[in-house]
Amino acid sequence: MKVEAKHEIERTKELRTGSDLLIETLVDAEVDTLFGYPGGAVLPIYDALYRSKAPFEHVLSRHEQGSIHAAEGYARVTGKPGVVLATSGPGATNLITGITDAMMDSLPLIIFTGQVADSVIGTDAFQEADVMGITTPITKNNYQVKDIADLPRIVNEAFHVASTGRPGPVVVDIPKNVSAGISLEKYSKDFHLPGYQPTKSPNPLQIVKLADALSRSKRPLLLAGAGVITAKASAELKEFAERYQLPVANTLLGLGSFPGTHSLSLGMAGMHGTYAANMGIYECDLLINIGARFDDRLTGNLEHFAPNAKVAHIDIDPAEIGKNISTDIPVVADAKEALKALLARSTSMPDHKMWKELLQNNKTNFPFWYERSNELVSPQWLLEQIYSVSKGEAIVTTDVGQHQMWTAQYYPFDRPNRWVTSGGLGTMGFGFPAAIGAQIGAPDDLVVAVVGDGGFQMTLQELSVIKERNLPVKIVIVNNQALGMVRQWQESFYEERYSESLLPKNPDFVKLAESYGIHGLKVDREDEVVETFTDVFSYDGPVVVDCRVVKLACVYPFIAPGKGIHEMIGVTK
Amino acid sequence: MKRIITATVQDRSGVLNRITGMLHKRQFNIDSISVGTSETEGLSKMTFVVEIGDHQKLEQLTKQLNKQIDVIKVSDITDKAIVARELALIKVGGSGHLHAEIQGIIAPFRASVIDVSRDSLTIQVTGKPDKVEALVSLLRPYGIKELTKTGVTAFLRGQQPKQVTEINSFTI
Repeated sequence: MKVEAKHEIERTKELRTGSDLLIETLVDAEVDTLFGYPGGAVLPIYDALYRSKAPFEHVLSRHEQGSIHAAEGYARVTGKPGVVLATSGPGATNLITGITDAMMDSLPLIIFTGQVADSVIGTDAFQEADVMGITTPITKNNYQVKDIADLPRIVNEAFHVASTGRPGPVVVDIPKNVSAGISLEKYSKDFHLPGYQPTKSPNPLQIVKLADALSRSKRPLLLAGAGVITAKASAELKEFAERYQLPVANTLLGLGSFPGTHSLSLGMAGMHGTYAANMGIYECDLLINIGARFDDRLTGNLEHFAPNAKVAHIDIDPAEIGKNISTDIPVVADAKEALKALLARSTSMPDHKMWKELLQNNKTNFPFWYERSNELVSPQWLLEQIYSVSKGEAIVTTDVGQHQMWTAQYYPFDRPNRWVTSGGLGTMGFGFPAAIGAQIGAPDDLVVAVVGDGGFQMTLQELSVIKERNLPVKIVIVNNQALGMVRQWQESFYEERYSESLLPKNPDFVKLAESYGIHGLKVDREDEVVETFTDVFSYDGPVVVDCRVVKLACVYPFIAPGKGIHEMIGVTK
Repeated sequence: MKRIITATVQDRSGVLNRITGMLHKRQFNIDSISVGTSETEGLSKMTFVVEIGDHQKLEQLTKQLNKQIDVIKVSDITDKAIVARELALIKVGGSGHLHAEIQGIIAPFRASVIDVSRDSLTIQVTGKPDKVEALVSLLRPYGIKELTKTGVTAFLRGQQPKQVTEINSFTI
């Protein structure tokens, strides 16, 4: 009897749990960082992390929203999927904003959520939330693991689905009995996805059609979106644009896919884009969209969007083609493959020097402008200085709003994966945690989080994380003591009724930073700016810079809601 | 226009929820959905009847369906030679003396009475949606107490005409 009991104990020692199996699959997927927050339903997984010598790090955020935005920043900068772990119920629901954000901006994320044990699912158990129900409309795919035997397959599928085709978030919901259960499974790399085969290579006939349209175009224009960055197609895009001397407009998320300082670049198009880019779209006769989804903030009133143009649309997601804008030449393909196919042909084009000159003149004659205050800090000028002090080399993250648009306008990005912003969902509170992920993904780069005083207060608890890990993130608060874009719209469309958009009782951000043990600075005069940022950017550690800017500055030019892309207001002073 | 769309999907929990959720989110107007297992284990077939405004919306619908990870194949079979059937159960009121009369009405439809009580009888009818609808309207004067339909299920006929005509076989 005694011998048998001893034998039992020894066997128990060797047993692996579902959690061990999960960690094994993460190691195999070459995960290097796990962004997470523990809780009851994921205790077995955290215990397995503690016991194992997994060769990856766990970054403990202070709120699950911090975890997931960090994972998004990491994914944007590295091109690898960001991996998130949260507990059931409130842990999972705290991720919803980030999941939706990643879905809208096509970022690859794998999100593991704990779930109550199988036996009590559906009984409104403690910390139970219907994660499958909640995340279905905001994920590329989601899974609930019912059996330990399915765990490796599901995790493998999740990585494959999230990071191929058009990337997106995938949720894997793991009941506690699965993560705690004994696993007899051998690890396997298998997965089974018969219905998922993204089209990578373009249809040759469509490429011929596109080349043919190009050969007849007198006013061609390229529109480059984030799909170019995802497909790592920037070099091909540059070669294509240069070979045919095609002017390039960028979407907000596509900034950096084509060098912003290039002579062919017209800058950002859309609501707060350049006059040159928008008039280019309005007047072109061939619009080649590469990896952008014709978002309504880009197009304005659809009736006036590229009204006389043949539209070619290259996108890996067929459902985006023809969704908002009817397309004459659809090309379902990875941007890199499509551009390679186009480059493999030689097409002769009619002379379009006049067209190029017209756009160039628009660019020179109607640049972005602002009223310089000379004493108080003008926010646009501030962004120009940040650009110049960082030599345009920084990775910049933002929230949504005025500071985001000023950054897009005054910080030209020359390389992909340097610009991390919440485009589709427009998420306040995104910028700072995204900077944490970006810094972890690119430890040697200067990471600057440009945030508003409103947005920063949504996720500033993550200051603990940068302190703890000594991440040298530089946080620039563009502080106008208001929800600036809301205030601007109230000024323009609600007769200056500033309903709940002013924040005169903001905290002292310097003291706040100091309370976290972080270096804090305040800037409220123009003559302090350059010196301060020169010091800040060379400082080896996190810094919070509270920049008091002109309160009533507005983002110009812009296209009012319902107006066409040619009806920009505030183009000139 | 009414379209009949079929989808072959992986038989996993949550797939129907994902698909109907997507249709709802994108404001597609669904007349009916029917789902059941198929000839292959692990695969289910869905048949959607959708009221749709224009071809652009229709294209978007099939593309969005195709985009779902668990969807293996999507076909718009409206303009093909197809067999399409739905089942309806119709409970009509009326005492015994009406039974013979109702029998006379339903006979040409090859419908059958499957339940009789003192003050009602239940009729089962299978067929194309317009045939089912025709019977329902004939029975309406007798007072329909309860009506339920399965929604259309359909697939292609074994043989397709060489040239697909523009006739909408849904109404034939």
